[in-house]
Amino acid sequence: MHDVAKHDDSKGQYFWVWGALLVLTGIEVWLGYNQVFKDPKQMLEVLMILSIIKSALIIAYFMHLKFEKAIMRWMLVISVTACFVIMYCFFFPDAGRILPPPNGLGVQ
Amino acid sequence: MADATLPHDVAVAHGHGGEFEAPLFGAYSKKVGMWLFLASDSLTFGALLFAFSYNRIYTAWPTPFGKDSIINATVMTACLLSSSLTMVLGVFAAQAGDRAKTRLWLLATMAFGTAFIVLHGMEWTKLINEGLSLPGFMSALGVTPPTAAGEYADISKNVPQFTQAFFGLTAMHMLHVTIGVIYLGVVAFRKWFLPILGVIWIAAAFLIPAGNVFHYPVHVLGIALVVCAIILFLKPKDYDAHDVEVSGLYWHFVDLVWMFIFPLVYLMSTKI
Repeated sequence: MHDVAKHDDSKGQYFWVWGALLVLTGIEVWLGYNQVFKDPKQMLEVLMILSIIKSALIIAYFMHLKFEKAIMRWMLVISVTACFVIMYCFFFPDAGRILPPPNGLGVQ
Repeated sequence: MADATLPHDVAVAHGHGGEFEAPLFGAYSKKVGMWLFLASDSLTFGALLFAFSYNRIYTAWPTPFGKDSIINATVMTACLLSSSLTMVLGVFAAQAGDRAKTRLWLLATMAFGTAFIVLHGMEWTKLINEGLSLPGFMSALGVTPPTAAGEYADISKNVPQFTQAFFGLTAMHMLHVTIGVIYLGVVAFRKWFLPILGVIWIAAAFLIPAGNVFHYPVHVLGIALVVCAIILFLKPKDYDAHDVEVSGLYWHFVDLVWMFIFPLVYLMSTKI
């Protein structure tokens, strides 16, 4: 039964997840504040990878999706990810076309 | 909760198969409903975040946030992350049937959420006073745009996309956090939360000066009061562990969204 997610009585793992999230946030702040990557696109990619790791921890542990039935896990993850992939495919390939170089391609 | 907790095969064996539908995805309907709402809401934020990323990379984007703003935003992030932990502990207490502890953990979660809202409100007020503004929107609210000169005023004038994207994205998130705090208040205190919300609304309406950008938006609390009163009086119920878990899903989602807004809006715009 997955009535109320009574999956694991140990609360310790949630403190570990909380600690990991705080550490990852600290890394993000260090990277961002010190401008470790000069190229904004590269910086965005690195920060987004860290944010995706953080969100995966929140969804899996705090939102208990890790402990739900496989069909629910995959239905939610696949459908939402597919929507974001579609957004990414439509937004970014042509986003810089009408802007002048160096950031844009300058193509009308 | 019998409809949600009785296994379908047991119901069929006792001749009640038609009355007890098998739960969708092995979860009770309230939880599935909340997950579907969160999936749709994530697309709303996703569109805003993609638009922000596009602007950040492909336009001459200002980088105005100095040490103070980054420290403030980092503390806000820590508040939200800590609120998620207290929420999880609240769900555990609810599952154990400990009402006093549940209420205590929910109260701690609300306190962290309120701290986030207050810190964000202070940050907004500071930025607006330094010249970062949406002149059209502020005029519509009846607030005189600040006449400050300087970096933020220049940004508002020359790169209006920055102010629109910054205020649009963070306001949307702040609204979600506010709704989350009220939602948790209703789950924790039920009808007792209505007078508390009413007092906060009236106090905020009187204490926030007319020139502040939050002077009119604070009446969202009044609208929330009416909505909560209708819900609580039309369908009075004792909120159980299921309700606490479902409200927790919403709260964690609010935390999750901030994990993307914080690096995108603040860390990608730090002063070099």
